[in-house]
Amino acid sequence: MDAILMQLLNGLDKGGAYALIALGLTLVFGTLGVVNFAHGALFLLGAFCAVTFQKILTISKKILDPSITYFDAYIEQPYLEIWFGETGLAIIDYAVPLSIIVTIPTMLLIGLAMERGLIRHFYKRTHAEQILVTFGLAIVLQEIIRHFFGANPIPTPAPDIVSGSAAVGTWIGLGENFVYPWWRLIYLAVSTAIISSVFAFLHLTTFGMVVRAGMYDRQMVAFLGINVQRKFTIIFGLAAVVAGVAGAMYAPILPPDYHMGMDFLVISFVIVVVGGMGSLRGAVAAGFLLGVLQSLASMTAVSSLLPGIDQIIIYLVAVVILLTRPRGLMGRKGVMED
Amino acid sequence: MMKQLMNLLKKQSDLTTILMFAAGVLTMPIWLDPIGANYPDLLQKFVIFGIFAVGYNILFGLTGYLSFGHAVFLGVGSYAAVWSFKLLTMNVLPAMLFATLISGLIAAAIGFVSMRRSGIYFSILTLAFAQMFYNLAYSVLIPITNGETGLQLRMHDPRIIDNYFSDPLPGLPSTDFFGMSMNGYSGFYFCAVVLILAFYIAMKIFRSPFGMKLKAIKSNQHRMRYTGSDTRPYLITAFIISGMFAGLAGALLAVTDPLAGAERMQWTASGEVILMTILGGVGTLYGPLLGVGIIKYLENIFSTINESVLQQFFSFLPQWGENFMVAIVSPFVGEGWHLTLGVLFMIIIIFLPGGLMEGFSRIQKRYRKAKINDTQSDSTKE
Repeated sequence: MDAILMQLLNGLDKGGAYALIALGLTLVFGTLGVVNFAHGALFLLGAFCAVTFQKILTISKKILDPSITYFDAYIEQPYLEIWFGETGLAIIDYAVPLSIIVTIPTMLLIGLAMERGLIRHFYKRTHAEQILVTFGLAIVLQEIIRHFFGANPIPTPAPDIVSGSAAVGTWIGLGENFVYPWWRLIYLAVSTAIISSVFAFLHLTTFGMVVRAGMYDRQMVAFLGINVQRKFTIIFGLAAVVAGVAGAMYAPILPPDYHMGMDFLVISFVIVVVGGMGSLRGAVAAGFLLGVLQSLASMTAVSSLLPGIDQIIIYLVAVVILLTRPRGLMGRKGVMED
Repeated sequence: MMKQLMNLLKKQSDLTTILMFAAGVLTMPIWLDPIGANYPDLLQKFVIFGIFAVGYNILFGLTGYLSFGHAVFLGVGSYAAVWSFKLLTMNVLPAMLFATLISGLIAAAIGFVSMRRSGIYFSILTLAFAQMFYNLAYSVLIPITNGETGLQLRMHDPRIIDNYFSDPLPGLPSTDFFGMSMNGYSGFYFCAVVLILAFYIAMKIFRSPFGMKLKAIKSNQHRMRYTGSDTRPYLITAFIISGMFAGLAGALLAVTDPLAGAERMQWTASGEVILMTILGGVGTLYGPLLGVGIIKYLENIFSTINESVLQQFFSFLPQWGENFMVAIVSPFVGEGWHLTLGVLFMIIIIFLPGGLMEGFSRIQKRYRKAKINDTQSDSTKE
């Protein structure tokens, strides 16, 4: 029971990241009609925004270690500590959550630049060409990251106060042995919050209404004298921000390295297809569903029954769904069914 | 004389094409010598990946179906070949036969399922299958694939056929073709002959009614269906054929270096063959080979350059200029070769989606137009 619950939480966590990336992918596909293979790279860039922010905060000065008097020993002391003392240390401790402040504008800019600079020229091209050019872009972004940060994963710790585990067991009456890392709980909360705010944005604001109308019938909205294109560009930026924040917050869970974008991209694409091309709800639901399925499949009870199932379950589900229900779980009839 | 030759080239009957192609491939050690690409290792890579790309082109070039999972067949081919070396004999023929057959079978299974959908769904289905195979190779299939270490030859492999005819020699045996060693140039010539055969088959397919049907599917599949022809068997056949080509290439990789690893099956490896095909020219006969040549050659050069080489290269500049150029160029060479590859890929897709072959024909057209204009203006003057 404990194990199942634990894996359920793990799955929801992973599913949160999947859902956030898949949500952005679907938004871009639904609005611009572009299949963006570089979306995983945006997730990667987000994670490295957090890494860079932390590195900048911990820029240090070499000073003499006062505790060693026999010879000159140097220790590194961050400038922030020198300038602000305790407050500075606290800021460094909270680097990952604080990095969101930087991540959002950076990712927005990157997203807008990407759309204006490259994607715009590919609206009229075939899907195959869109896939290929964004695939190339993904390689380029990934290699740039590798050039600057190296090939090894970079540990990016969460704030001290939440680095331990939460006593989830005692909250719900399952005993004290059932604990779960705080940061993962926070990630789950954050991903849910982002997903709900994206939906709120699309459903409660005029802007969102226009975007949804444009997704449904772009030409008609353009006839009404609305600049759909500009709105869609902003949506691309929004999708980049969502992926970036998802990446930045994921950094403490999985130390970022340069190919994490590709790893997540393949799975997210599968999720978009399972959920239904162009269906936002489908993407979110399929994200959580596949995350949970993957975690449950990695339990020892399951994997001893069907060895290797945890490695392939996602792809297996995708193959079955694609063959039996071409438009995915919640896809609209007639959209990309071919 | 020149005109006659040009006419001969234009006519391009099957025989002249294949003869010229064969001559071109077999003389590669001579005409690649001036650009420093004349050593067996690189030449072998040229021809082996040439087979892979020619096969991929039969699927992507003719039908337009973008498969993201072709590296699976390359990997399966390598594994099958190494197992044949381990269990049966060090002769390369059975290995190639098994590799082609097994990858053909797997291609039939994957193709049967994936070909139910088209467009982006097909790409994602093949990608999903590729990831499945890749993940399985590292988990459940470890007894077959030997996991991350890769499958290697061992001293005490059974090698039934070899040991039946002769006593095992001391040391690790090497692959051979009835006594001909597969190292160095003899390995290259062997692979080159296989490439010529493969190219001949591909050319025959391109110019056959079957090939026409595939091209028709690419241009308008709906119309094909409305005229009452079932496209599915043709698509699946094309998929199987290109899978077998990939398996053959995988087997040759194992022939020249008897080692098989799962990293050959990663989806980025599939990306590489797409890249080669597109760089040269999708759907053209020679394009993929051109792409393979360029990419493998550049990879070979770029990945060996390091900072000291760069400093030497830019040493004619003043000191600040040298440092500046080295700082700019160094991310693109050595370890950063993939960055160059990505940039090259993007440039090609953005500006020249038909690949280099399209670029050539564009230049040719412009040249011809200019010539016609010249003659016209001459005649008006008179």
